[in-house]
Amino acid sequence: MIKIEDLRKSYGKTRALSGIDLHVPAGELFAYLGPNGAGKTTTIRILTGLTRLGQGRAALNGHDIVRASLAAKRQCGLVPQQVNLDSELTVQENLDIHGRLFSMAATARRSRIHELLDYVNLLDRRDSLVKHLSGGMKRRVMLARALMHQPRILFLDEPTVGLDAQIRRRIWALIKKIQQDGATIFLTTHYIEEAEFLADRVAFLDEGRIKAVDTPAVLMKGVGQWAMDWLSDKGMHTDYFPDREAAVQPAGTAKNGFTLRRVNLEDAFLMLTGKKVAVPAGDDKRLHGGSSAHAAHTSHGGHGKGGH
Amino acid sequence: MNGFIAVYLREMLILKHRLKRQLAGMAVSPLLYLIAFGYAMGDSVQIEGVGYLQFLIPGLVAMSSMTQSFGIATDINVARFYWHIFEEFQAAPISNVAYVGGEVLAGMTRALLAVGVILILGLPFGVMLQYGPVFWLTVILNSFTFASLAVALAMLVKSHADQSLLTSFVITPMAFLGGTFFPLERLPVWAQKVLQALPLTHASGAIRTAALGGPPDWRGILLLAGVGAVFFAGALMTVKQARD
Repeated sequence: MIKIEDLRKSYGKTRALSGIDLHVPAGELFAYLGPNGAGKTTTIRILTGLTRLGQGRAALNGHDIVRASLAAKRQCGLVPQQVNLDSELTVQENLDIHGRLFSMAATARRSRIHELLDYVNLLDRRDSLVKHLSGGMKRRVMLARALMHQPRILFLDEPTVGLDAQIRRRIWALIKKIQQDGATIFLTTHYIEEAEFLADRVAFLDEGRIKAVDTPAVLMKGVGQWAMDWLSDKGMHTDYFPDREAAVQPAGTAKNGFTLRRVNLEDAFLMLTGKKVAVPAGDDKRLHGGSSAHAAHTSHGGHGKGGH
Repeated sequence: MNGFIAVYLREMLILKHRLKRQLAGMAVSPLLYLIAFGYAMGDSVQIEGVGYLQFLIPGLVAMSSMTQSFGIATDINVARFYWHIFEEFQAAPISNVAYVGGEVLAGMTRALLAVGVILILGLPFGVMLQYGPVFWLTVILNSFTFASLAVALAMLVKSHADQSLLTSFVITPMAFLGGTFFPLERLPVWAQKVLQALPLTHASGAIRTAALGGPPDWRGILLLAGVGAVFFAGALMTVKQARD
C-alpha cells in the first residue's frame, strides 16, 4: 500500500510537485501518466529515497519514508528509467550484490537468483557480463534485480522506454505476472498503450499536479467511444463521437483523408490538460477546442498523428 | 554490516575483473620513478645519510598509497554520473556509514595492493628496508585518510571534469611536494611551514622513518589518524547531502 499526502517538491524556483495526494491499495497496478517533466520520476525518486522530500508525507506499507526510511526501503524494489546495472559485473554478480544490500542470506540469494533468472528467461546468461547484453536483456535483469528481495511494492519508472514493440510486450507480460504474484506496482509511463494494457487505475499528472485518477475505462468514457483524426490546412484535428455510426457520417465529408479509431487514454489526457502525453515538455502545444463527449473537437497544430 | 560488505564486495569484484590492467597501471609510475631517479642517480646521491633509492622507495609508498586510495573517487563518480549505480545504494536499506565504510575500505585495499607492487619492484634494486608494524600502520592510515577524502569529494563534484580538476590541484601537487622525492628541509622555511599542513608530508615522514628503522613518528601518525577521522566524518556528511 502506498499513501501520499500533500507531496511537494521544488528545485530552486522550479516547482516539480505541487501537492500530490494518492492512495494505492495493496496488489494494485497503478500507472502514473504524464508528459516529460510532469513530475513522475520525482515522485518515484522521493518514494524510494533517492530524492529528499520537500513537504508532505508518504508511507509504504505503513512505514513513513522519512521517519522509518530503512524499513520503507525494505518494502520496495525499483527499476529506474536509466539502466543502472554494473556493466563490468556478470548478471549473477549484479543480483548477488543487490541481495546482500538487502541482507539476504547466502542460500536464499543463490536460490532466488536461479528462480528469477528463470522467471525472466535469462538463466543461460547468468555468467555473462552485463555489458555484453542487449537493451531488452538489461531491462529484464533490472526487473529481476528489483525482485531479488521479494519487495511488496515495485516502482517501475518508464520500464520499457527505448525498447522495441516486441520486447516491450515481453516486459509487459512479466509485469502482469509480478502483479499476479501479489506485488503492488507503481508504474510511470508516457506510453499510452502501456498504461491502458497494464493499469488497474491511472493518474494523469501534469505540471506537478494530479488532474484525474480512475480506471482507464472511466477516464476514457468521458471522451466518447470513437475518434476521427482529420487533416486541414490548419493542421491535425480530432473529433470525438459516442459510437462508430456517429463517427462514420462526418468522416465521409473529410477532404484530406481521415483516420477512425477507438478513443484512448491520450484523448482523455488531451481533453483534461490540453496537452498530449507523448510530446516532450517544452515541445507541447496548447490546444484549443471543445470538450464535450459528443463530437468534441480539438486541433493539434500539426502534432497529431493519422492513427494510433 | 551487510550493506558495508556489499559495497566493499562490489568494488572488489570490479577490481578482480580488471586486475591485470589495474596492476599494470599501479606499476608504471613507480617503475619509471625508480629507473629515472634511482638508477640514474644511484647511490652516489646521499640524502639524510642513506642512498637515494632508500630515501625514494618509502616516498613512493606514501605517494602511491595516496593516489590509489584517492583513485576510488573516479570509480565512484563513474558509478554515479555514468552508470547511475549510486542510486542502487541510495535505494537500499543501508546506512551512510556502511556505504562510506565500504568505499573507503575498497580504496584502502587498492592502496595496499599498489604498495605491494612497489615493494616487489624495489627488490631487484637491492634496497634493504624494514617493513614492520609501524610502517604498515602508517600506510593503512594514509590510505584511510585519502580514501575518506576521495569519498567526501566524490559526492561534492558535479561532473567528471570537476574530478580531474581536483586531482590536478590537490593530489598532484601533494604527490610532488609532500616529502616524497626530496627532504623538506631543503626548501625555504615558509614553504616548509606550508607543506607541514599537508597530510602526505606527515605520511611520507612517518613511513620513511619506519622503513629506515628509526623510532616511530607518533606525532605524524596521530595527526594522520586525526585528519583521516575528520575526512571520514566529512564523507558521511557529503553522502547524506548527495540526494537530489
